[in-house]
Amino acid sequence: MLDFRLDEEYESLRKTVQEFAQEEVAPVIGDFYERNEFPYEIVAKMGRMGLFGLPFPEEYGGMGGDYFALCLALEELARVDSSVAITLEAGVSLGAVPLFRFGSEEQKREWLPRLCAGEQLGAFGLTEPGSGSDASGLRTTARLDGDEWVVNGTKAFITNSGTDITGLVTVAAVTGQREDGRKEISAILVPSGTPGFTVSKKYSKVGWNASDTRELSFEDCRVPAANLVGQRGRGYAQFLQTLDEGRVAIAALGVGLAQGCIDECLRYVGEREAFGHKIGEYQAIQFKIADMEVRTHLARLAYYEAAGRMLRGEPFKREAAIAKLVSSEAAMDNAREATQIFGGYGFMNEYPVGRFYRDAKILEIGEGTSEVQRMLIARELGLGR
Amino acid sequence: MNIVVLVKQVPDTWSERKLTDADHTLDRESADAVLDEINERAVEEALKLQEAHGGEVTVLAMGPDRATEAIRKALSMGADKAIHVSDAALHGSDVLATAKVLAKAIGTVEGVDLVIAGNEATDGRAGAIPAILAELLGLPQVTQVRKVEIDGTTVKAERETEEGVAFLEATLPAVVSVTEKINEPRYPSFKGIMAAKKKKVDTLSVADLGLDPAEVGLTGAWSSVLEAAPKPPRSAGQRVEDDGNGGAQIAEYLVGQKLI
Repeated sequence: MLDFRLDEEYESLRKTVQEFAQEEVAPVIGDFYERNEFPYEIVAKMGRMGLFGLPFPEEYGGMGGDYFALCLALEELARVDSSVAITLEAGVSLGAVPLFRFGSEEQKREWLPRLCAGEQLGAFGLTEPGSGSDASGLRTTARLDGDEWVVNGTKAFITNSGTDITGLVTVAAVTGQREDGRKEISAILVPSGTPGFTVSKKYSKVGWNASDTRELSFEDCRVPAANLVGQRGRGYAQFLQTLDEGRVAIAALGVGLAQGCIDECLRYVGEREAFGHKIGEYQAIQFKIADMEVRTHLARLAYYEAAGRMLRGEPFKREAAIAKLVSSEAAMDNAREATQIFGGYGFMNEYPVGRFYRDAKILEIGEGTSEVQRMLIARELGLGR
Repeated sequence: MNIVVLVKQVPDTWSERKLTDADHTLDRESADAVLDEINERAVEEALKLQEAHGGEVTVLAMGPDRATEAIRKALSMGADKAIHVSDAALHGSDVLATAKVLAKAIGTVEGVDLVIAGNEATDGRAGAIPAILAELLGLPQVTQVRKVEIDGTTVKAERETEEGVAFLEATLPAVVSVTEKINEPRYPSFKGIMAAKKKKVDTLSVADLGLDPAEVGLTGAWSSVLEAAPKPPRSAGQRVEDDGNGGAQIAEYLVGQKLI
């Protein structure tokens, strides 16, 4: 029969990351957030405890764990702060996983050990100013000139792409035209600092303010032909698989944020008094928190199940989309309710719930909007145009 | 460089700690049990010395069955193996009996160069085990240190007390106890967590160590607790209104309390 209890080693990992988040992240992250500053020291500590290597084999410097272990770590980090969680999520599932999954042995040997140690971050360049989930709108090009790719174009909203420790960006680019007339899309590895690769200044964002998000431009940027990641023309299929997995990771991150809202509220409603009672004694508050718990619980079950299918090698596209959808909505709903429960304090940046509120919205947008998730679920049910 | 680290599972300092009504021993059910934080630092120091000098790190714990959780944590940080002394007869042991048991258990490890302990546990807070243990083992003791170095067959340490810092040396083997200034303990990695499952934990009873059960536990204790009561709630305190000579009033109060 089904059993969602965690094995001993998963539970130990969850507890370890929980302790780390409370001891190392919680006390300082608010200040980084306020200053829009990337927390290098925290990321280095995460690297030392092996979080960036969680799903990779030891031969590449990984921890020999799996994707579910990564999800548990993301949940526990996001329970305290989403900026550090998304830095880990993007670094692993968007930065390192494509190289691990599709890269050549040489590319893996060169890059994965440093990525696994958190000494370098990888980024993933798919989104452009004019296109997101719709890959047919992709305009960045890569043309083979002798033994070099020449990359031209612009990428938007790329996480981890402009830190001092960013090592590479895997760029989705149009490399030709397929026989059916569609664009041939391939993935090209561009190391940071390559001439012609410019990183713009940080965006001013509504949330995730202690994470690094940039616009990138490529102007006759030349990299060796060997920097093709995976097969030429398979880029789009590769990205789709990467995104399916990434959705489960984002779902875990959303569950963490939703749980963080509950944690904060439980503390607050036992202290704050109004009209002669602790506000937690009022049913209006209790029902809000009960609903928050229900949403979080359901979203957690959804991502556990999607991750389980992924690890067993079963199809999980539908489950990943469902998990990402319910989790991001749970995060948004819980953040709104938590802010309401905190009243005026909820509107103050110095309280975590205010940060949760600002961080939640992007979860309904990034790695496929809620509408795209519904589209994917409908397609899996055989509906389409 | 073979090192034995003493570790103890204690009630989490954040949870409410209670004594049982029956025999005034720790109520282990009432609080979350964790590896004592000072022991994490002791393990960290042992691992650092091992990284520099090689050898094996053995974790030693005396405690009920569930202390395996604390032992696993030390192993997942990187210690090589563990000894767990667990026996119903140990319930209520005082520091003398505890030190006797630990000394015997250390005797089962071959070629011990160094024993590292925390300076005091957060629950019992006797802070006497390292000294008693050193006496029983006939080894030099270097307690309350904030820095440890090994130089050949000598351990060099900085002992910090309220009086100041003393620079001490002792010939190995020796017993060292560390304070919380010694280091920042590492967080276990997932690789460490998985490896810990496969590491060897020897579980020993009082009889295995050749001790008489009557020497340990409540029956063997040199003192007994007759009565225990929770500490009274904090009183409101005395308020000093500053009408110009507030400083003098506070000083008078402190003198009255014999605090200055």
